[in-house]
Amino acid sequence: MKRLLPFPLLSLALLATWLLLNQTLAAGHVLLGAVIAVGGGLALALLQPPGPMVRRPAAIAALAWLVLVDIVRSNVAVARIVINPGHRRQTSGFLDIPLELRDPAGLAVLACIITATPGTAWARYDSAQSVLTMHILDLVDEDTWIRTIKDRYERRLLEIFG
Amino acid sequence: MSHAAGLPSFVAFVIALLVVLGAVLTLIGALGLLRLRSFYDRVHAPTLGTTLGTGLVLIASLTLFSALQSRPVLHEILIGVFMTITTPVTFMLLVRAALHRDRSAGRDPAAEGASRSQGRPPEPRPE
Repeated sequence: MKRLLPFPLLSLALLATWLLLNQTLAAGHVLLGAVIAVGGGLALALLQPPGPMVRRPAAIAALAWLVLVDIVRSNVAVARIVINPGHRRQTSGFLDIPLELRDPAGLAVLACIITATPGTAWARYDSAQSVLTMHILDLVDEDTWIRTIKDRYERRLLEIFG
Repeated sequence: MSHAAGLPSFVAFVIALLVVLGAVLTLIGALGLLRLRSFYDRVHAPTLGTTLGTGLVLIASLTLFSALQSRPVLHEILIGVFMTITTPVTFMLLVRAALHRDRSAGRDPAAEGASRSQGRPPEPRPE
């Protein structure tokens, strides 16, 4: 079983993708999707990813919900800035944040979260010092931003990716 | 779309609302691309369209076709997943390219982290 499905979660996701694309649960498509899923897992195994296995599904669900809420909230915030820039002073800027998270997969997820949230963008990451530089559109209070990134996202990502 | 005529007006209203909201958000994002001042500011604006803008239109599409075909139509979820995974890569590449350009031009806006004024005095915007 382990040899056939080295990455069960990935294989499951591939099967789900296949069935979603084809909009069916017919036996033939389940079989075809299963072949693709097993093949995909084996192909990834050939690449030998250093991958940590994902843990704590509850933490992942909590993080996903949090990100969804934050995306909606910052959409509204950025839309407001765009519509009404008249009395707005120059408040955008770069911000350095020291990170404890060092796992590449965790950093990739953090990059996706930060960039997918309007108003914040991932600028660069210094892996030697583990410092992230991000650009923030509404940089009024630096401490609040640092606390947001560290407490809301990094703490949970550390839980998930360790 | 003529076969959408059988849709209950309440459902049609909700779907229309979602589509219009998503489109308006995307439009605001495009406006931001026009109005914001520096390149790094402008990077943030189109994210409106790629996140909630797309999301609302996708939810509308999901609702419409599920209602029309009387069964869950879910492949919009895949569009959402792929958008979420792929667009940050583009934005990050753009920002990194801009930083690289600025650095080779002799200025590094991100050098001191919170160097917010970036040497440019905030000009009052012409209204």
